[in-house]
Amino acid sequence: MEKLRYERPLIKRMENEMPNKYGGKADRQPMTHIDGLAVKDLLAEYGSPLFVMSEKTIRSTYKKALKAFTMRYPRVQFAWSYKTNYMDAVCNIFHQEGSWAEVVSGFEYDKALKNGVSGKRIIFNGPDKTVSDLTKAITNDSLIHIDHLDELYTIMELIDKLGKRPRVAIRVNMDTGVYPIWDRFGFNYENGQAWDALNKIMASGKMDLVGLHCHIGTYMLSPKAYGIAASKLSDLALGLKRRYNHEVKYIDLGGGFPSRNTLKGSYLPASDTIPSFEDFAETIASALLNAEFPPDALPLLILETGRALVDEAGYLLGTVISNKRSSIGKRTTIVDIGVNLLFTSFWYNHKISPAQEFSSYTEETTIYGPLCMNIDVIRESALMPLLNKGDHFVVHHVGAYNMTQWMQFITLRPNVVLIDLEGKAHLIRRHETMDDFEKMELLPAHLKNFDL
Amino acid sequence: MIKKNIAVSASGLIFNPDTGESFSVNPLGADIITFIKEGNGRDEVAQKVMEKYQVEKASFEKDYDDFMDLMQTYLLIENDD
Repeated sequence: MEKLRYERPLIKRMENEMPNKYGGKADRQPMTHIDGLAVKDLLAEYGSPLFVMSEKTIRSTYKKALKAFTMRYPRVQFAWSYKTNYMDAVCNIFHQEGSWAEVVSGFEYDKALKNGVSGKRIIFNGPDKTVSDLTKAITNDSLIHIDHLDELYTIMELIDKLGKRPRVAIRVNMDTGVYPIWDRFGFNYENGQAWDALNKIMASGKMDLVGLHCHIGTYMLSPKAYGIAASKLSDLALGLKRRYNHEVKYIDLGGGFPSRNTLKGSYLPASDTIPSFEDFAETIASALLNAEFPPDALPLLILETGRALVDEAGYLLGTVISNKRSSIGKRTTIVDIGVNLLFTSFWYNHKISPAQEFSSYTEETTIYGPLCMNIDVIRESALMPLLNKGDHFVVHHVGAYNMTQWMQFITLRPNVVLIDLEGKAHLIRRHETMDDFEKMELLPAHLKNFDL
Repeated sequence: MIKKNIAVSASGLIFNPDTGESFSVNPLGADIITFIKEGNGRDEVAQKVMEKYQVEKASFEKDYDDFMDLMQTYLLIENDD
């Protein structure tokens, strides 16, 4: 007789409490395969933990977002937010789909150039653009989004030196009805800072003011906020036309659309609460079309959406190290994925699915990572099936920010694999080695020897 | 020793008439209680579980001890003395 799959013995006291209308239920289905490839085979070949990106999901999500906007507004351009995920393979999928590059540092700028993006198709955001960065961006005719007056004056100095006429936009912050207001990027709309910067640019006569930009927040749950932002940027654009007879070519609404990850503290899962691409598109397109642009002079709408385009395409595969009980008897499970790899676990309750069959029995479980640090908690409380030591699992929606914000802490970063449209796995970033790490360190001669 | 008046249903429901509390167990939990009620000791229970489930002794013993600790906590076990 074939033996049954083992799950640890479980006993639960049955308690009659007030029903909880927000009570969740555990998933009943294991995630045994990703895009046709078995999780256990991927882990056997590439090791655990392992990041897996789905090319199919990236492309389909992008197409869905593009369609939502182009059906409602005639001129739309996405620019891939490098900081969200700058694996070259991931960036190039977006570039193949037609996305420009949106970068926020010299490092990212160079990455975009190396990936083959023309300088003209790079949007340079961020508050820290060095003289060297700006020189490069001006020389390459990139779109420079000015964050503060110091940057504006630096650009003016460089214009005289380089003899070039840069293409610039200003970053605008504003009250969109969502609080706290993100007022750290760019110039304020309400108090006149934005007009002050625009007047300085126009008065200089040395720059092409091509656009207006804003980045109103992240994980925004209100399409209306984008409608307000679009209206306020339109007001600036129309004001420039009236005052200077100058037409800006584009309005860039930045990023901030939410992904399907559930924020900590949310009563309901994100799948029930986040607006769709269509919701955002409808509000933004209405605001732009209802502004007083002549039909033949509608500005290009640029979107720097990152999280919502790539989060769902990323998976983090891991293995159970041990099951324990806490001092108060709570079930705890230690896994080989820590907050060093899953940085987003600080603000999301990530969905975690076993990668093998399991029964319907569950236990309220705290999931700890392997780091020797108390803050290394992947889920404070999750209704988990009875996983055994050595069992595999899949963390969902990890494509945004984890592969850029991950930390090399007490261990080395793992492999990253991309599954292509034919279901073939490609290693797109190999795991780090001690050799990689040692190459960066320099040991002074007098510290080379010691006696213990 | 599991208290004699503890009733276990086929579907894994346990009722403790002393406290009025009810519990649920998964199939392996129900098996363990049955084996113990049949008079089997720790080693015999482990043997029977290993014959039925894909598990090694070391893994099972750790989970068995944890399970019995909970049974004790829930006052479902009485000491022999």
